[in-house]
Amino acid sequence: MTELLRIENLHAEVNGKPILNGLSLTINAGEVHAIMGPNGAGKSTLGHVLSGRDGYEVTAGSVHFMGQDLLSMDIEERAVAGLFLAFQYPVEIPGVNNAYFLRTAVNAHRRARGEDELDAVSFMRQARTLMKELKMNEALIKRNVNEGFSGGEKKRNEVLQMRMLLPKVAILDETDSGLDIDALRCVADGVNALRSAERSFVVITHYQRLLDYIVPDYVHVLSAGKIVASGDKSMALELEAKGYAWLQEGDEAKAS
Amino acid sequence: MWINGYSMSTNTSDIESLIGRRYEHGFVTDIETETVPPGLNEDVIRLISAKKEEPEWLLEWRLKAYQEWLKMSPPDWAHLGIEPIDYQAISYFAAPKSDKDRPQSLDEVDPKLLETYEKLGVPLHERARLAGVAVDAVFDSVSIGTTFKEELHKAGVIFCSFSEAVKDYPELVRQHLGSVVPARDNYFAALNSAVFSDGSFVFIPKGVRCPMELSTYFRINAAETGQFERTLIVAEDESYVSYLEGCTAPMRDENQLHAAVVELVAMEKAEIKYSTVQNWYPGDEEGRGGIYNFVTKRGDCRGDHSRISWTQVETGSAITWKYPSCILRGDHSSGEFYSVALTHQCQQADTGTKMIHLGKNTKSRIISKGISAGRGQNSYRGLVRVAKKAEGARNYTQCDSLLIGARCGAHTFPYIEVKNPTAQVEHEATTSRIAEDQLHYCRSRGLSEEDAVAMIVHGFCREVFKELPMEFAVEAKALLEVSLEGAVG
Repeated sequence: MTELLRIENLHAEVNGKPILNGLSLTINAGEVHAIMGPNGAGKSTLGHVLSGRDGYEVTAGSVHFMGQDLLSMDIEERAVAGLFLAFQYPVEIPGVNNAYFLRTAVNAHRRARGEDELDAVSFMRQARTLMKELKMNEALIKRNVNEGFSGGEKKRNEVLQMRMLLPKVAILDETDSGLDIDALRCVADGVNALRSAERSFVVITHYQRLLDYIVPDYVHVLSAGKIVASGDKSMALELEAKGYAWLQEGDEAKAS
Repeated sequence: MWINGYSMSTNTSDIESLIGRRYEHGFVTDIETETVPPGLNEDVIRLISAKKEEPEWLLEWRLKAYQEWLKMSPPDWAHLGIEPIDYQAISYFAAPKSDKDRPQSLDEVDPKLLETYEKLGVPLHERARLAGVAVDAVFDSVSIGTTFKEELHKAGVIFCSFSEAVKDYPELVRQHLGSVVPARDNYFAALNSAVFSDGSFVFIPKGVRCPMELSTYFRINAAETGQFERTLIVAEDESYVSYLEGCTAPMRDENQLHAAVVELVAMEKAEIKYSTVQNWYPGDEEGRGGIYNFVTKRGDCRGDHSRISWTQVETGSAITWKYPSCILRGDHSSGEFYSVALTHQCQQADTGTKMIHLGKNTKSRIISKGISAGRGQNSYRGLVRVAKKAEGARNYTQCDSLLIGARCGAHTFPYIEVKNPTAQVEHEATTSRIAEDQLHYCRSRGLSEEDAVAMIVHGFCREVFKELPMEFAVEAKALLEVSLEGAVG
């Protein structure tokens, strides 16, 4: 199996406060990994560290992305190499047209691959088709990036970007939060449509619910900055029933 | 964040490095100029007037302005640090040597001059034709080539250099000169009135919609020569004109004073749209040698239902002191001010507008976008005054500042004076740092840091850019890109 992402003993801190404490995870092509865990476990931090966000300092460990040292790459290099983060809170960019933004992003990816740029007409055709699939209001492509979008519209917009950019590894950071069941389904369908033997997903979520629609190959529980348990889909159900407390207790028991 | 009347500086620094910028138009064309020796006195003014073969009344007007100027002192209220200017070290007149032998067409224009325009991206002969723009190019202090004059003539539009207008339409000039900006209006306007060199004159007769955008490219070229442009635009009843002004200058060390005066007169139901893209030499990284841009621009909505709109994109000059204003005299008249001002390195700008509501049901709208980077200092200063008799006056002001880097500053000085209880005045203001999360978002979608900054800044300025004529908007966008380029890494 082709290894896409290998995280080894990752330690990271924010403002001097350790958040990730020796996280290790290997993701092969074609796999869907769900990462669950209580608030403050470091789930979102993992996404930010992988995407290269300023202020998230890696203090130890390594991350390899398709054989490259991910941590030495710039944010945009990671993106065009095929790493995608669907943000939990997508930012608004006033005055910047959504279509223009997305086409610029698509063409940055194409340039990096040595391909010709996509012209405006072909771009719009593709975008419109995907928006229909995502049941997204077509007007959103002409609005400013995320400006005045509802929570659900922002998340759909993230999935639209993912569909257009065709990443190798997509990290979905609580993409399900704040979505009603219909929106959740749309987003999940959007992800499932991209599932393939060459592509992997890391689905960060609080709730088991999303995993009914995006069925993971592996479920990991993150607690206090490292993975404390891994299993298959059934573990998510177990977590839902029992909560995270038993894991944390186990942790403390181990530590003492 | 709401900032009113006081200053704020940034204190995060990562983006600082993005704003290094080189001035692209830094070169000097070697043309011998016929320059009056430095210094200012009545004799110099007489000489200027004589060289331009002006009528007696205009000389008198200049001399009177000079006497006023002598009694005045430079304004000190702006949020600007200005080294004292030695007005006796400035030469007050320069003209290309070929002045006496004016070229009859562009073919006869000094090739070096045309080359200069090429370097500036203003291929006069091609661009003017392609874009359907009439270009009255001002080189140093004397206008050289005027195109499309005939077409305009057919429409009854007068578009010529100010000097020509003085010769050919003395009554029109005499009637309107100083009627909007009196000679004694302020220190720099008085100086301009005394020594103004040349500029543009536009007259749109009653009921005429000017068939094309009128455009003037300014350029400062002679060392140690201040430029004192004088522009007068008169739009008669029910007429319309859109006027574009764009400028750039060669790199040099000396400070160059530029004190222009622009007067607009809009009669009943007339509309004047005045757009500026200003890219003069901002000085080196320490701020040395940049242009001092002390400009008085004012429009008089004299007739009922008249409309004047100022749009400016100010990216150049070491110091900008500029408040394009509207006097809303006619009932139902409206004034607009759309501005993008970018300061970086050591640039300083104190710019804004004045909307003086005198007539009934007058409206004004102010959209100001200030961008500060490097050690740039950017101030918005705006006055909205509603006079006692201005029933039903309305104003909307939006004033946003964007800070890039840790050492720049943004300041907002709004003045609101309302003497009529029916007035509606709204003021909104924001100051924000270029957001790290926006930058991260763009970059995580594959955009380079530079492209991301440019995109966010363009977005910030969009409301103003959309007011510019298409061609100018493209130019303005490119200008901002130049301003933000070459900085990453």
